[in-house]
Amino acid sequence: MLQVISLLLENKPGALMRVTGVLTARGYNIESLTVAGTLDPELSRMTIVVDVDPTLRAQVIKQMNKLVNVLQAVDLTDSRAVVRDLVLVRVRASLDMRTAVLKEAEIFNARVIDSSTEGFALEATDDPEKLNEFIQVMRSYGDIEVTRSGAVAVSLESKKLRLQPPIPTPLGSRDRTSAEALRAVKTGAQTGRDGETAVEVIEE
Amino acid sequence: MSNLMSGAKMLLECLGREGVDCFFGYPGGVTLPFYDALYDHHIRHVLVRHEENACFAAEGYARSTGKVGVCCATSGPGATNLITGLVDSMMDSIPIVAITGQVPTKLIGSDAFQEADTFGITRSCTKHNFLVKNLAELPQIVHEAFYIASSGRPGPVLVDVPKDVFQAQGHYSPVTSIHLPGYKVFTEGHTGQVRRAAQMIWEAERPWVYAGGGIVAAGASPELRELVEIVDMPAVCTLMGLGGLPAEHPNFVSMPGMHGSYAANIGMSNCDVMIALGVRFDDRVTGRISAFAPHAKVIHVDIDPAEIGKNRAPDLPIVGDVKRVLQRLNKFLQELAPDLQAKNAASRKAWWGQVRGWKAEHPLAPVFSDTEIKPQHLMAELDRLSGGQAIVTSDVGQHQMWAAQLIRFSEPRLWINSGGLGAMGFGLPAAIGAQFARPDKLVFALVGDGGFQMSIPELSTIASYGLPIKIVVMNNGYLGMVRQWQELFYNNRLSSVELDCFPDAEKLAAAYGFKGRTVQKPTELASALETAVNEPGPYLLNVRVAPFENVYPMIPAGAAVHEMVLGPPEPVAVPK
Ligand SMILES: Cc1ncc(C[n+]2csc(CCOP(=O)(O)OP(=O)(O)O)c2C)c(N)n1
Ligand SMILES: [Mg+2]
Repeated sequence: MLQVISLLLENKPGALMRVTGVLTARGYNIESLTVAGTLDPELSRMTIVVDVDPTLRAQVIKQMNKLVNVLQAVDLTDSRAVVRDLVLVRVRASLDMRTAVLKEAEIFNARVIDSSTEGFALEATDDPEKLNEFIQVMRSYGDIEVTRSGAVAVSLESKKLRLQPPIPTPLGSRDRTSAEALRAVKTGAQTGRDGETAVEVIEE
Repeated sequence: MSNLMSGAKMLLECLGREGVDCFFGYPGGVTLPFYDALYDHHIRHVLVRHEENACFAAEGYARSTGKVGVCCATSGPGATNLITGLVDSMMDSIPIVAITGQVPTKLIGSDAFQEADTFGITRSCTKHNFLVKNLAELPQIVHEAFYIASSGRPGPVLVDVPKDVFQAQGHYSPVTSIHLPGYKVFTEGHTGQVRRAAQMIWEAERPWVYAGGGIVAAGASPELRELVEIVDMPAVCTLMGLGGLPAEHPNFVSMPGMHGSYAANIGMSNCDVMIALGVRFDDRVTGRISAFAPHAKVIHVDIDPAEIGKNRAPDLPIVGDVKRVLQRLNKFLQELAPDLQAKNAASRKAWWGQVRGWKAEHPLAPVFSDTEIKPQHLMAELDRLSGGQAIVTSDVGQHQMWAAQLIRFSEPRLWINSGGLGAMGFGLPAAIGAQFARPDKLVFALVGDGGFQMSIPELSTIASYGLPIKIVVMNNGYLGMVRQWQELFYNNRLSSVELDCFPDAEKLAAAYGFKGRTVQKPTELASALETAVNEPGPYLLNVRVAPFENVYPMIPAGAAVHEMVLGPPEPVAVPK
């Protein structure tokens, strides 16, 4: 089953490699992955579609959340969200087929971006399933060439972004172990997943 | 405060602030500037003989103290030699900071001499890793590395430092805080859930504690002890959790799992409420997971949310530091006791009777012979000599399992072994790290004849630093654990498992300038071990044991816990 995940992550070297690495190492098949900058130049937004057993969905999100550079991992599969995919299709269309192809493109809200004697280049944006249909239809006209962007998604519910506040560094007294020093700074500790006492909360 | 210094010096400053007093490593071309700064610095560098052992030694240091262990290697081959140690500490959640040198930044990506993509290679074998791009970010990164390694679920963090960053000069002003906005550690546990756990435990008729390495990592032994005493219920400690509850404690059953005791495994199978504390339902414990603890409602406490529900869906999940959670759980149990304790007290008592019965029926007891030293005899002697107080580092194989079964540890951090990865070659270097961390302790390095020969180069380190480690080789002349599987599951076709030409222990030790000996007779074992212990310096004792002894009980791989095999099949008369 396909799971749609939205990740907000720090734009640090290797961040993409960490995400794909964990997914592959845990045996989750990546269907598509898109990544681009956000308003904050230090952050990126990633939309990932993975093929996993529904029972593993929570595990996938947890594995993503474990990554130090991931600020937020949200499962959009069953939540209110918009998912969009973009496809560029080159269709060969002989003269007698041209009008039919154009008619069909119109039905799918596709735009003609290039037209030549050999055929058309079309662009369509829609949810991934709708695009699958579009591609099927175009195939019925002959050889086509397809490039898809992969899904991008946005949640329609506002999610609180919980961030860890800064942590003081140890003082370095030689008989005080770093573990102890850290324990001392962790005392403003946080509550578990369903807990409330966490951390700096930023409305996204 | 700000002063001009090199990146190498800055790194040492940061290590000092993190409380590092010694670390383990091996120098090379790109770490030359770092080793030059070390030359007159108070932090002690221990020169091991192979980088893999630097990481294992750092683990021995970390496992015996709970502090972060630090290791260091040069670029390319130095860094790749660390990999096994990194994966090992990842699997067992051991806090390690590994520092590797890298080729100068402007050469990165040019296939320069001794260049390897350390950052890429170690992505999957670290909790997190860093490539330092310029001197300005070095101090920050070092402190982040220590914080990530030691907080939450501990693990290894690698910092890759290019040579020019070591060499660059900059003004150092101590970092006062670090910011990792996406790194969340949940320590407290949800109050409502903890309370519900207390209720579930009092309502249980056959409660059972399944405690693991998380107890050791969190320093939660006192709380675990309190828990089992409040309810008076049986507890098992996994291979990683041994010593978490003192072996002599009346509520301690033994180790569960593939080579765990009958009582531990049958108990797990029959309990109705299982309190799983800092464990990960590893396949070596559960056997076939679908048949594991079929009657149990599971309360699972772990600091890593991803462990909860990974292998077994719990009935009551609690994400938190097991120490803090247990402190509150114990309080709730006491608060609820007046109302709930009596209700199922009789059933719990009967349950205890049953568990004790299983324990008596098939105890984990040593085996002796008049003619040869049984491996279990060796473990009984080590148990006697350590008195629950010595550190025993173990390698991987049959000896590890017999040791885990038969040596009784009275505290956590005494039993040190490669649990999750099962990395041969771990035992001896881990003993080096443990002895540096705890110079006051008697340290046994218990190794097989196979694993020992993977670690022989470190005899030189032991000699060089005069470490009084007692190396005990359980020498069965075979890669025993593999031989056992070939015997049991491959028609005894012994393929590439015989280890002949083991070196003469006395001469080998003498070559390094310390004492050693081989012992073969059961009657001489006790005194030979005593001699080793009484020797002020290192000692190599090669113990020739019965070669074909197998470790039992055993749950064959993929079998269910109740399909446990208790001992060798009765010999069948072969028709002529
Ligand atoms: C690095 C590594 N290689 C191979 C193995 C597989 N293996 C597991 S136990 C074992 C035999 C170990 O033999 P020895 O050290 O003599 O110990 P024994 O089992 O005889 O006590 C082997 C080869 C391993 N665990 N680690
Ligand atoms: Mg052997």
